[in-house]
Amino acid sequence: MLSGIAFWVLSVVAVGTGIAVFRVDSMARASYALAVSFAAVGLCLVLVDLHFVGVVTVLMMTMEMAVMAVFMVMFMGMNPALMPMSMTHGTRTPAVLAVGCFLVLGGGAVLVPWPERRGAPVADPTVALGAALMESKMLVMLTVSAVLFATVVAALCLATTRSRYDRFGDDLRSRPSDPVRGGVGR
Amino acid sequence: MAEVGPVGLVWVPVLAVVLAALTAVTATVDGALTGRADRPWAELARLLRQQRRTTLAADTLLGRGAVVLAPVIALLMAAVVPLGSWTVSDLSVGVVWFNALDVVLWAVFWLAGWGTNSALSLVGGYRFLAQALAYELPLMFALTAPAIAAGSLRVGDVVSAQHGLWFVVWMPVAFGVFCLAVLGFTARGPFAAPAGRDLAGGLTAELSGVDRLLLSAGRWALLVAAAGFGVSLFLGGGAGPLLPGWAWVLVKTVVLAVALAAAGRRVPLLRAERFTEVAWLVLLPAVLVQLLVVAVVVVV
Amino acid sequence: MTLQAVLLVAAALFSVGLYGALSQQVVVMVMMGLELMLNGVILAAAGFWWFTSPSPDGQVLLLVVITAMTVEMAMGFAVATLLHRVRGTDSADAVTDLRG
Repeated sequence: MLSGIAFWVLSVVAVGTGIAVFRVDSMARASYALAVSFAAVGLCLVLVDLHFVGVVTVLMMTMEMAVMAVFMVMFMGMNPALMPMSMTHGTRTPAVLAVGCFLVLGGGAVLVPWPERRGAPVADPTVALGAALMESKMLVMLTVSAVLFATVVAALCLATTRSRYDRFGDDLRSRPSDPVRGGVGR
Repeated sequence: MAEVGPVGLVWVPVLAVVLAALTAVTATVDGALTGRADRPWAELARLLRQQRRTTLAADTLLGRGAVVLAPVIALLMAAVVPLGSWTVSDLSVGVVWFNALDVVLWAVFWLAGWGTNSALSLVGGYRFLAQALAYELPLMFALTAPAIAAGSLRVGDVVSAQHGLWFVVWMPVAFGVFCLAVLGFTARGPFAAPAGRDLAGGLTAELSGVDRLLLSAGRWALLVAAAGFGVSLFLGGGAGPLLPGWAWVLVKTVVLAVALAAAGRRVPLLRAERFTEVAWLVLLPAVLVQLLVVAVVVVV
Repeated sequence: MTLQAVLLVAAALFSVGLYGALSQQVVVMVMMGLELMLNGVILAAAGFWWFTSPSPDGQVLLLVVITAMTVEMAMGFAVATLLHRVRGTDSADAVTDLRG
């Protein structure tokens, strides 16, 4: 009963702030509306006994939204004065498509005869998740780690302006020339 | 040593009172160590009657919301700290809960810098994010070390697993990184650049009255709550002779919080761009080696 | 809290995200729409896990979805940074043509 009420409150918060992302006038508000939406979904996950995944969702998404707010302000300019900004290329087609998508998905959700529950949740889903990741789903772990490493390398290659030839000179022998020397002195 | 048991969320107001009392004690002791024991109380009185000053086109929803959230997050952090054999919330993922809360602090401090529409406070917010990106990953691994040694993410289990030997003895690197990170997310000591003097107070530059009081008291409360968590994770929780468990937790928390604040005053200010390299190239491998040692000890 | 309710909420989140991803001009706002869509996917996956088959393997899928979201954000920000540096714009409409 209490979890049902909590779920509806959290889902209203999640969808409401999700809509607010595209209606508010300031980039910081949009980013943090999305952060609140993610936090609400994370708490919904905690409600269905996914404690670890729910808290980890809240953790990671808050971190990402904090970084996203930095990027938003960097690229779209400072707008704490809440001047109206409308950055869309047409809203009618996307709105129609979105409503249509909701009708299709929601209709499917309500009308499809979903199967009955198979099996019961174990006493400690977190331990079970850890065991699964380390034993039967180790391949997933290996793939994810390779993908994340590739992401780090690719993102750095795309985003950085200076290569090591800019830092060390053409023969890679000079002392590093950085605008600010790092703490270790590389 | 009794097992840790939850007492339910109805005790949250009591926990708030306990946290406020510990914050007051810590701030007073710290004030005494710096020469004026009644400084926190003088500040409290001054800020309570100070008129709130607003800035032009300030984002009050985000700014004031963030400032109010700072002590609330301290209370949420304290909710998983076991006081002897009682804890308000026996969350099965207490360690990750603490980690999630100190990431929410990223949002809180950036929003506090953003809310007043002031360049200096926004720079303070950005400085906080820069140094938080540096210490966060070592902190995550440092929090994992006691969890691995205890075989559980519940804070109560971590406390119980320290019966023979406190974790600080064989996890000094993790404890050191934890202390650094606590100083980091309270913007204190070597990480005080977000509230630094070269920014006219940075995050606190344009705050006045109740807002400034909430942020300052929130930072102290965060230090105390994180010290309490560190006591549970590394310093054995309520273990000790003579006094009951909950008394030892309170004593150790105050001692650790005062020690952190005093140590922070001794260390010069670190610039985020220099600290980043140290964090990623020195601290992170050190904590990973520490994790390896812990894992080997646990398995063997 | 039934499976239908969870899926309805997830469908709503997905649709709002779809609206954002299709209508927004700025690259970062498009990414926010994509994030909302993945938010809906996470909620739907969690609902399916709880109401249909609560075994540990389903949680692994959730972690994979969260990882996919992280990867998408990282690459999206890197592309947005590069776009801003090279073309001086943040709008997706300005980069519809390859520059010869």
